[in-house]
Amino acid sequence: MSDLPMPSSQTLEPEPAQHGSTALLEWLQGWLVTVDHKRLGILYILYSIFFLLVAGAEAMLIRIQLAVPNNHFLTAQVYNRYFTMHGTTMVFLVGMPILFGFGNYIVPLQIGARDMAFPRLNALSFWLTAFGGLLLYYSFLGGSGLYGVGNAPDVGWFAYAPLTARTFSPGNATDYWALALIVSGFGTLGAAVNIIATTFSMRCRGMTLMRMPLFTWLYLVVSGLTLVTITPLTAAQFMLLIDRYLGGHFFDTQAGGSALVWVHFFWIFGHPEVYVLVLPAFAIANEIIPVFSRKAIFGYPAMVAASVGIMFVSLGVWAHHMFTVGMTSVTNAFFVLSTMLVGIPTGIKIFNWIATIWGGRVRFQVPMLFCLAFLYQFLIAGLTGIMLSVAPLDWQLHNSYFVIAHFHYVLVGAIVFCIFAGLYYWYPKATGRMMSERLGKWHFWLFVIGFHITFDTMHFLGILGMPRSIYTYQPDRGWNTLNMVISLGGFIQAIAVLIFAYNFIVSYFRGDEAGDDPWDAWTLEWTTSSPPPVYNFAEEPEVRSRRPLWDLKHPHDTDWEYEG
Amino acid sequence: MSTATRVMHSAPEQVWKLPSRGRVGMLSLIIGEAALFTIFVVAYIFYIGKSLTGPTPAQVLEVPILGTICLLSSSFTIWRSEHAIEHGKMRAFSGWLAATILLGVVFMVGTAIEWQKLIFRDGLTIRTNLFGTTFYSLVGLHATHVVLGLSMLSIVLVLSLLGRFSASQSERFAVIALYWHFVDVVWVVVFTVVYVIGR
Amino acid sequence: MRRVSTMTGWRVLSALAGLSLFAGLSGIAAAAETAGSIPDMMVPSATPAHQIFSLTLFVLLITGSIFVVVAGLLTVAIFRFRSRNSGTIVEPPQIYGSTQVELAWTVVPILIVAVLFLTTARIIFAIQDAPKPKNALDVTVVGHQFWWEFRYPSLGIVTANELHVPVSPMDRPQPTFLKLLSADVIHSFWVPQLAGKTDLIPNHANTMWIDPHTPGLYLGQCAQFCGSQHAMMLLRVYVDTPSEYAAWVKNQQKIGVQDPAVAAGRRVFETEACMNCHRVAGTAATGAFGPDLTHLMSRSTIASGATTNTPEHLREWIKDPSHYKDGALMPSMQLNDEQLNQVTAYLETLK
Ligand code: HEA
Ligand code: HEA
Ligand code: HEC
Ligand code: CUA
Ligand SMILES: [Cu+2]
Repeated sequence: MSDLPMPSSQTLEPEPAQHGSTALLEWLQGWLVTVDHKRLGILYILYSIFFLLVAGAEAMLIRIQLAVPNNHFLTAQVYNRYFTMHGTTMVFLVGMPILFGFGNYIVPLQIGARDMAFPRLNALSFWLTAFGGLLLYYSFLGGSGLYGVGNAPDVGWFAYAPLTARTFSPGNATDYWALALIVSGFGTLGAAVNIIATTFSMRCRGMTLMRMPLFTWLYLVVSGLTLVTITPLTAAQFMLLIDRYLGGHFFDTQAGGSALVWVHFFWIFGHPEVYVLVLPAFAIANEIIPVFSRKAIFGYPAMVAASVGIMFVSLGVWAHHMFTVGMTSVTNAFFVLSTMLVGIPTGIKIFNWIATIWGGRVRFQVPMLFCLAFLYQFLIAGLTGIMLSVAPLDWQLHNSYFVIAHFHYVLVGAIVFCIFAGLYYWYPKATGRMMSERLGKWHFWLFVIGFHITFDTMHFLGILGMPRSIYTYQPDRGWNTLNMVISLGGFIQAIAVLIFAYNFIVSYFRGDEAGDDPWDAWTLEWTTSSPPPVYNFAEEPEVRSRRPLWDLKHPHDTDWEYEG
Repeated sequence: MSTATRVMHSAPEQVWKLPSRGRVGMLSLIIGEAALFTIFVVAYIFYIGKSLTGPTPAQVLEVPILGTICLLSSSFTIWRSEHAIEHGKMRAFSGWLAATILLGVVFMVGTAIEWQKLIFRDGLTIRTNLFGTTFYSLVGLHATHVVLGLSMLSIVLVLSLLGRFSASQSERFAVIALYWHFVDVVWVVVFTVVYVIGR
Repeated sequence: MRRVSTMTGWRVLSALAGLSLFAGLSGIAAAAETAGSIPDMMVPSATPAHQIFSLTLFVLLITGSIFVVVAGLLTVAIFRFRSRNSGTIVEPPQIYGSTQVELAWTVVPILIVAVLFLTTARIIFAIQDAPKPKNALDVTVVGHQFWWEFRYPSLGIVTANELHVPVSPMDRPQPTFLKLLSADVIHSFWVPQLAGKTDLIPNHANTMWIDPHTPGLYLGQCAQFCGSQHAMMLLRVYVDTPSEYAAWVKNQQKIGVQDPAVAAGRRVFETEACMNCHRVAGTAATGAFGPDLTHLMSRSTIASGATTNTPEHLREWIKDPSHYKDGALMPSMQLNDEQLNQVTAYLETLK
C-alpha cells in the first residue's frame, strides 16, 4: 500500500459538523457504506454487544424457569427455543463477530497497515454476518411459516439429526436456523480470508513474521482454523437443507441415512470452533498481560508454536463430544489421547503467561483484572475439560450440567472475560476517551462473583445427575437449592453487564481524554492518534523488533538487541 | 522525536517484499473450499452401497470420458493464456482463454446430458435414494463451481476483447486461473470417487 | 490506596469461592443422605459405575494437584510482583524466555498425559469390552419420543418406562445386557448409579451392561435432547431380589386381565382408536406406537414419570395428555365424561 499518495493531514480531517438532518443522514451513510476497517470493527463489536444483551436476557429467562422445580414460567416448547437461541446467538452472533471485530480494528493497526487487504470484501463480510443474525431472529416471527406465528429453532445449537428432519421439526424455524448460519458463515469465511491476506501481504517494513505482535499471530492462526472449520458446517447445513427441501436422504434414517454422520460433521466443525472462539481471547491476553506486568511476553516463539500446535491438534479431537454414541473402545481411546494432547500446548501458554507476570510490576487496572481472573478460570475450565476427555467419566458427565459448567467456564470465564478486558483496553484508542475505572471495578467484581456463584455450582448439579436441555425437573432429586443458587448468580452477572453497558455508553461522552498511549504500551496502534485517522498512519511505520514503542521509549535498551 | 524518526525509518534501502494479497486471498479461499468438498466427498464415500432401493451407480452411471478430458485439458489452455498475458501477448491470451471457456462449456453440456438421461431415462432424482442424494449434491456442487469459474473467465474474455483487460493485470488473471486449476483438481477427486470407486 | 482496595477484593473473592464450594459440597452431602432417590454418580451401585467412580477420584486427584500447583504459582506471582507505587516508572528487567524452563513445563505435562491416558484406556476396555456371561439377562431398550420401551425377548415380556432387573450379587453375578435402539430420534440411557450413559440411535444398535449390587429403585432419565418433552423422559430401574423378580416376571407374562365388569371401558378402548397405538396382550389391541398397557397398573408412574399412577391422574391423562406432558405424542381423544370413567375403570383392572 506504500504507493498510496501521502495525504496531508488537513484534507482527511473529519468534516466540520453540518446542520440538522442532512448531517445525521450523512453520518449514518458514513457508517452504512463504510469500508474502513476501524468502522467495520466497531460495527462488529456493537453488533455483538447488542446480541450479548439479547442472549443474556434469554439466559436469564432460562434461569428463572429453572430456579425452582416443576416451574411453569415457560412451557417446554418455549424453553427449548430459548436455550437453542441462547447457545446459537452466543456462539455465532456474539463470539464470532466480536472476535472479527477486534481483528478488524486492531490487526491492520498493529502491523502498520492503512487498511485490510480487501476493504470491500470486509464490508460485505460484516453485512452478511449481520444479515445472518437478522434471519435467525426473524424466525421468531416467520419460523412457523404459514401455520401460525411465534416460533424459533428448538433443536439445540448442535441440532442433532434426525430431530431436524421434516418429520420431527415441521414448520420453518429449523430452516431459518440453517440459512442464518450459512449466510453468516460466508461472512465469517470472507473475514478470515481477509485477515490472512492482510497479515501476509500488508505488514509494514521490517515486520517479519517473527516480529508480528502475538495478537496478530493468533489472528492469523485463528483465521486459518476458521477456513477449515466453518466450511464443514456450511457443507452439513447444505445437506440438511437438501434433506428438508429437496427430499434428500443424508440424515434420513428411514432410507438408510445415518444420524451419526450429522453428529460427526457437526463436531468436526464444533470442536475446532471452540478454539476459534478462545484463540482471540488468548490474543487479547497476550497484549494485556505483558503491558500491565511491564515485561515482554515470555517465550514468544513457544507461544507461536503452541498456537499453531493447538490449531492442528484441535482438528483431530472432535469425537470427544461423542464418547456415548457407541464407538469402539479403540476409537474412544484414540480420541481420549488426542484430546489430552491439547492440554500440552495450552499448558505452555498458561506457564508462559505466569512467567511473564513473574518478575514484573503488575498494575491492577481493569483490563488486567479481567485477564488475571481469566487465567484462574481458564485453568479450571481446562482441567474440567481434561476430566471430560477421560471417556469413562464422560459417559457419566456427558450432556449433564457438568458439561454446561465446563463450557461456560471457558466461554464466559475465559472468552467473555477477555473480551471485556479487550474492550476496556482498546476503548480509549477507538474513542479517544477512557472508560471509568471505578465503574469498571464494580463491573469486574460483580461479574466475578456472579460468575463463580453460577458456574462453580453447576459442576455439582452435573455430578448429581442433572441433564442439560431440560425445561424442568422433579423436586425429589436434590437439585433444588443448587439451581436456586445458580439463578441468583446469573442475576448478579446481569447487573454487572448492565453496569458495563452504562459505562460503555456514558464514557463515550464523559470519559477522561485518553491521549495516544494511555497504558504506556508497546505495539504500533498506540503510536497513532486516538481515535486513529482514516489512513491510520501519516507515514508508513517501520519496525525492528516486536515492541516498536519499547524501542522508541528505551533507545538505549532496545528489544532488537535481544530478540533471537 | 529525533530518536523516533531514526528508529522508525532506518534502512529504507532494504528490500521489503510481501506476497501479493490476491494470491494469498485466493489460496485461503481454496483451503476453505477444499474443506467444504472434503465433507461432501466423505459423505459420498460413506454412503456408497447404503441405498435401500435402486438404481445403483453400476446400473446407471456412465463414465464421462469426453467431459473429463475437456476439463482437464482446460487447465493446460488456461496455463497457456497465463503465459501469454505475462508476456503481453493479448491476442494469444484471448485465444487460449476462449478455448478454456469452450472446454468448460463442453464439460457442462456433458453434465447436463448425463443428468437429463439419469432423471428421465433411469428415474434417478435427488430424492430417489441415498445414491441420488449424494450424487447430485457432490457433482452439483462441483458443477456450481465450474459455472462460477466460467462466468469469471467470460467476464475477463469480454473485457479483453473490448480492450479493457491489459497485460498489467496479469497478476489478477493468475489469481482467477488458480481458482480454475483448483476446480480441475476437485474434479479429479470427484471423478475418482464417483465413477471409479463408487461404481 | 488503590492497591489496598484491590487486596480486599481478592479476599472477598476467595471467601466467595470458598462459600460456593461449600454450598456445592453440602449439596452432595445432602444428596448422600437420601441416596437412592438422587441419581448421584458418586454413590455407585454397579460395577461400571464403581469403576468410573474410582477413576473419577484418581482424575480428581491429578487435576486437583495441577490446579493447586499452577494456581499457587499464579497467585504467588501476582502478589509478589504487584506494583508497589504507581508513581514512578521504573521498568523491571526484561526477560524474553528460557529454554530450560520451557522444556521442563513441556515435558512434565507430557508425562502426566501419558499416565492419565493409560489409566483411562484400561477402564475403557474393562467396561466396554467386558465379556458377556452365559447367564446374562438380555433386554432390548427402544427409545421413543418421549418414553421407553423394554423388551425381554427370552421371556416374552414387553413393558414400558420402568425397567425391572434382577440383583447381581458380587459372588453370583447376573448382569443385564441392554441392547439400545431407537424408533425415532437420538435418546440416551442414563442411570448414574448403575453405569455411564449410552445413546439410542436410529439404525445403529448399541449395547451396555449393568450388574446392580443392591436391590432398590434407581432413577435416571433421557440424556440426549430429543424434542419438546425430553425433560419428561424419566427412567426408573427396579433392581429386584430374586423372589421379587420371579414374581414380577410371572405376572408380566400373563395376558391382560379380562374382567366382564369393565366391558364397557374395554369397548371404548377398542373403538376410540386407543388400540391403534396401544397393545393389551390377549385382546384385539395390538398398537405399537404407544406403551404396552397389558400390565399398566404394575407401574407406579405413567407417561414416563410425568405423574404418579393413580386413577385421577390416569383419567386426567386420557382426557388431556398435555396437562401433564405438553407435547407428548398421544392426542387428546375428546372422550366424554362417561367414556372417560369407563375406560379408566378398564385400565385399572390391567394389573
Ligand atoms: C472456548 C471454548 C472451549 C475450550 C477452550 C475448551 C477446551 C477443552 N475442552 Fe471443551 N467444550 C466447549 C468449549 C471449550 N472447550 C464447549 C462449548 C463444549 C460443549 C458443546 C456442547 O455439547 O454443546 C465442550 C465440551 C467438551 C467435551 C465434551 C463433553 C461432553 O459433551 O460430553 C470435552 C471432552 O473431552 C471437552 C474437553 C476439553 C478439553 C480437554 C479442552 C482443552 O483444550 C483444555 C486444555 C487446558 C488445560 C488442560 C489447562 C492448562 C494446562 C496445564 C496447566 C498443563 C498441565 C495439564 C495437563 C497435563 C492435563 N470439552
Ligand atoms: C459465549 C457463549 C455463552 C455465554 C456468554 C453464556 C452465558 C450464560 N449462559 Fe449459556 N450457553 C451457551 C453459551 C453461552 N452462555 C451455549 C453454547 C449453550 C448450549 C445451548 C444448547 O444446549 O443448545 C448454553 C446453555 C446454557 C444453559 C443450559 C440450558 C439447558 O441446557 O437447558 C444455561 C442454564 O443455566 C445457561 C446459562 C447462562 C448464563 C446464566 C449466562 C450468563 O453469563 C449471562 C449473563 C447475563 C447477561 C450477559 C445479560 C445481562 C443483560 C440483561 C439481562 C439486560 C437485557 C437487556 C436488553 C436485552 C436490552 N446457558
Ligand atoms: C396416536 C397414538 C395414541 C392414541 C390414539 C392413544 N395413545 Fe395413549 N399413548 C400414546 C403415546 C405415544 C404414549 C406415551 C406418551 C409419553 O409418555 O410421552 C401414550 C401413553 C398412554 C398411557 C400411559 C402409559 C404408561 O405406561 O405410561 C396411557 C394409560 C394411555 N396412553 C392410554 C390411552 C387411551 C385410554 C387411549 C384412548 C382413549 C389412548 N391412550 C390413545 C399414544 C396414543
Ligand atoms: Cu429422549 Cu431426550
Ligand atoms: Cu470439543
